[in-house]
Amino acid sequence: MFSIISPSEPRFDNDVEGERRHGSKQKDAMDFDLDDSENVTSPGQFITSSATFMRGHGTYVDQEEVLASVAGTIERVNKLVSVRALKSRYTGEIGDLVIGRITEVAAKRWKVDVFGRNEGVLMLSSVNLPGGVQRRKLESDELQMRTFFEEGDLLVAEVHQFFNDGAISLHTRSLRYGKLRNGQLVTVSPMLIRRLKSHFVALHCGVDLIIGMNGFIWVSKHAKEFEGQSEEGFEAQAVYSNKNDDIDNATRTAISRVTNIIRILSRHSIPLTDSIIAQAYDWAMEQDSNEVKEMLTDDYGELMVQALLAFR
Amino acid sequence: MSRVELLSVHNYRSDGRRPKELRDISLSLGTHGHADGSALVSHGLTNVLVTVHGPREAKSRANTLFDRAVLSVNVDIPVFSGGQGGKRGRSDKRVLEFTSAIRQTFEPIVQTQLYPRSQIDIFVQVLQQDGGLLQTSINACTLALIDAGIPLTDYVCAITCALHDSTPLLDITSLEESDLPNLTAAVLPKSGKITLLTLETRIHVDRFEEMFTLAEDAGKVVHGEMLRAVTTRTERLVRAMEKGGVQDHSRTGIERPSARRAEMDIDMDDV
Repeated sequence: MFSIISPSEPRFDNDVEGERRHGSKQKDAMDFDLDDSENVTSPGQFITSSATFMRGHGTYVDQEEVLASVAGTIERVNKLVSVRALKSRYTGEIGDLVIGRITEVAAKRWKVDVFGRNEGVLMLSSVNLPGGVQRRKLESDELQMRTFFEEGDLLVAEVHQFFNDGAISLHTRSLRYGKLRNGQLVTVSPMLIRRLKSHFVALHCGVDLIIGMNGFIWVSKHAKEFEGQSEEGFEAQAVYSNKNDDIDNATRTAISRVTNIIRILSRHSIPLTDSIIAQAYDWAMEQDSNEVKEMLTDDYGELMVQALLAFR
Repeated sequence: MSRVELLSVHNYRSDGRRPKELRDISLSLGTHGHADGSALVSHGLTNVLVTVHGPREAKSRANTLFDRAVLSVNVDIPVFSGGQGGKRGRSDKRVLEFTSAIRQTFEPIVQTQLYPRSQIDIFVQVLQQDGGLLQTSINACTLALIDAGIPLTDYVCAITCALHDSTPLLDITSLEESDLPNLTAAVLPKSGKITLLTLETRIHVDRFEEMFTLAEDAGKVVHGEMLRAVTTRTERLVRAMEKGGVQDHSRTGIERPSARRAEMDIDMDDV
């Protein structure tokens, strides 16, 4: 143990040194001819000629020139040039897992806030109704929509398709989707979320994560797997319940710790993956002071980020 | 009443500047974590905070447009900011005019057609005023919109120019503003177009041309500063995201023994 920690001490110093050097370099880097900034755009900047390239998101064409319209980085796929903004609202893609909050109950549909440019829509026909998947939607279901989802409820869903005006349609037709309980929500910029093999993550500290592609992350008590429960044995009581289970203090602490880790990483603009969160949790547990509330101080955050970057 | 000399015989202004000298500009982006985009801009002592929310679902459905987003601008000029004439409410005529000037400046620049049925809210908070309020607000709006990742066709750079006898003065303080005829111009540096030009007094057309071309040039100088602020911030964030990401290792293909990892972090910046 000691042998690992002792060489890592000078490493931190090195890193700080690097940062400092970096700061001084930044002042020179304001020139646009430098290779470093070649990839970085800002509105109105010339990218290429429209005769040879196609324009993608974040660009527009003016007088046969492709120009950037947002501040971000250039991405090129064959002949398609697009600019990925550093910070923007969530733009959905079919199949994305998102977390949203019900804002309105309308006729045969719910309006869901998914941090997009429009509100998402969850149709009554795209949720699992009690009594099995094959059951037909009845008028009585329309009348008691609030027993399934109410205004303010949080839910996890998948992007199903788009409407003509670009609004997102969601569905929760899986036992893994549905109302969220037993945890807390933390929001980060959608740009920090990478696509993962699975967005349902079980950390070994007894905490489950659901990482929505829209930057909403649900941190909750570990839930038992649904194994053994067939689609037929689906219980409306369990899925649409508004009651939290009992959560012991240790789990509550773990949930808050994971939440704070996510906040720290997001403050330092570090892309979130399941592995980096697990690493950060282990690092946090090794520290002398385990107070969760102390984690949000700047010093603690700096230390954690440096340690995580040194791991890589 | 003691009369302050606005331009001395040695060609210095009341605050010690030359006629064509701008005040200190400070531009900071992303100051307000909760908003989608924000910017704090000050020209000398004039200080404006702008926050942008959206594009998001419009609050009232009656205000939505089916083919583009709606820009809504809210201006708050509190009493403590030090303007003349006491409190100005939201329905005050001058505040309304100010608000619509900002909205009309940005409507042709923001690519609203990309966001049908949405709304983009711009909140302008005046923290301190010392002349050139419209100029500062417009510059702050530009940066806040860029910070929010909202597509713009170009920067909008505004500057105020006044006329003292026959000498044009750039970037005026409130002392100069109250005594001299002045114009505010918002320049699009890429195309050289003008999106806003206000002038509330009558001046000779020859003098106007002089002031106007000077304002155009000054707008480009302001653009240089804004570009630098945006690029510096963008680069810093890109670097932070690459550093933490798994992505960059595969992309740059750098692989080294673990003993040298700390140095790698430094080298990555040069890649």
